[in-house]
Amino acid sequence: MKRYASIFATFARACLVRDMTFRVNFLLECVTSIGWMSMNLAFYLLIFTFTPEIGLHTGWTREPFFAFVATGLIINSIVQALFMPSAEELTEMVRSGGLDGVLVQPLDAQFLLSMHRVDFSAFANGFIGIGLLAWAIVRMDATPTPLAWLLYPLLIVCGVAILYSLVIMLAAATILMGRNQSLYDFWFYLTNFSRYPAEIYAGPWGSPLRTLCTFVIPILLVVNVPARVIAMPLEGQAVGMVLAPMIAAAASLALSRVVFLAAISRYRSASS
Amino acid sequence: MTNPATGARPGSVALPSKVPMEAAVDTRPPHRSCRDRFAVGHGLRTWWTMLAICLEERLVYRGDFALGTLMRFLPIVTQLFLWTAVFNATNQTDIAGYSRNDMVAYYLLTMVTRAFSSMPGLAGGISRSVRDGSVKKYLVQPVDYLSYLLAARIAHKLVYYAVAILPFAVVFFVFRSYFPPLPAAATVLAFTVSLALSFLLGFFMEATLGMLGFWFLEVSSIVFAYMLVQYLLSGHMFPLDMLNGIASGIPGISVGNLVGWLPFEYTAYFPAAIWLGKIRGNDLVRKLAIEAAWTIAMAILCRIAWNRGTRRYSAFGG
Repeated sequence: MKRYASIFATFARACLVRDMTFRVNFLLECVTSIGWMSMNLAFYLLIFTFTPEIGLHTGWTREPFFAFVATGLIINSIVQALFMPSAEELTEMVRSGGLDGVLVQPLDAQFLLSMHRVDFSAFANGFIGIGLLAWAIVRMDATPTPLAWLLYPLLIVCGVAILYSLVIMLAAATILMGRNQSLYDFWFYLTNFSRYPAEIYAGPWGSPLRTLCTFVIPILLVVNVPARVIAMPLEGQAVGMVLAPMIAAAASLALSRVVFLAAISRYRSASS
Repeated sequence: MTNPATGARPGSVALPSKVPMEAAVDTRPPHRSCRDRFAVGHGLRTWWTMLAICLEERLVYRGDFALGTLMRFLPIVTQLFLWTAVFNATNQTDIAGYSRNDMVAYYLLTMVTRAFSSMPGLAGGISRSVRDGSVKKYLVQPVDYLSYLLAARIAHKLVYYAVAILPFAVVFFVFRSYFPPLPAAATVLAFTVSLALSFLLGFFMEATLGMLGFWFLEVSSIVFAYMLVQYLLSGHMFPLDMLNGIASGIPGISVGNLVGWLPFEYTAYFPAAIWLGKIRGNDLVRKLAIEAAWTIAMAILCRIAWNRGTRRYSAFGG
């Protein structure tokens, strides 16, 4: 474990050096990712000029909703910074045979494939998320309890773990399919469902979708649970709600490991 | 960098008709007569060959492609639920002139528009070819790079439509109740023209952006910034009419007015608004003319950028 930590630190340092070599590009990346986020915030602000709430009596008025958005930003920035850059490279590695080089290294292939690149500029959105969360919390009617503050970081870690498992499973699909340029798109579209409060998925089509995205692909637990814990008072069913992402995180990590190992065992090199 | 054979700059070498016979790349079967080389249709045939090659290339990974096409509809589902929730919480029946059904129809229609105007990988591809030097093959071959790119893009789009028509038809059928009755023939015609123009406008805007690669080696951040602005101001994110009530700080001018002066709205909002009957009569004709003017302006700008860019271009490596 210690060895892996030190190797990861070396990777991270190398990426930081690379980022700092192209400082202007790094700054531009920070600025553009903040731009993307501000654009989304502008859209939500625009929506709130027409409505007081997202969904009738859901409690997602402006400030709680922005706490929700902030939570999403924090979780996504961690995933984008630590895992996505490596996963994106995998597509080309499978096609070109570069994956062979990874498999012969005396290191765990999943570790190497999912964590060898760190995109520091992606953390920019996370910092903005923290600022936005602070902005929303001081304006909310109900201030979070100490228990909520304790659970919040833990649930964020669970959310990151669920998304990480998803990335690994998509990576496994890439290895099996030979090439999957849609990997990143698929990840984007799937996580798109987690961008809004689960309550919006209602009605004859919404409820099954909500069940699917909660229990089968637990994407709705990623942001919803920590956001709800911090933005709304904890009520009766809170224990189940808080435990669900923890169980989902453990289960999806285990499943993704199995799927990844199965995919690697079926990998046939593309190089000569 | 001047071509010794023709004495022309590389940018203009590209036009097949200007190239001497021995320099031309003959991609046709060998049994054809040599006189064919001088046929008026030669340029067209070169172009057609480029299109055919690109079509084949695109179809190699069709599984991946079909998967990608299907997934493009997923965000619409989220938007449908989001707007339903918004309309449930407000007691208004319309937002900025759009009912909930209009809103859903709008998003679906912008999907159609974006299928025409979005150019994934175009700008990045151009700047990469400048950076890694592969652009130089277009400087010595009798193939115009911009024409090649346009042919490749048309091929790309044709394959996309061939694969996407089915999921599009299914989704539009499922959501048919959200659409207003079929508009008049003239509206459908205007919609079609606006779509064709949006393809060209999108192409030339992104290609021009890619040409910046001649000046800045790394343009990915600029492209990303452009995509952001494009996404917001094209109306892909929400109907631009929602901005009409927002003050811009300039007396008498709303943010909606300001956005209307830019070319972006023609790549998503405009065709969708035509279909939904939000823009009619003289307004429609005027806006179509403006769209055409933007397209021509961008095409000229793109050509200028290519000519200037190749003039300052220097290739490294073999």
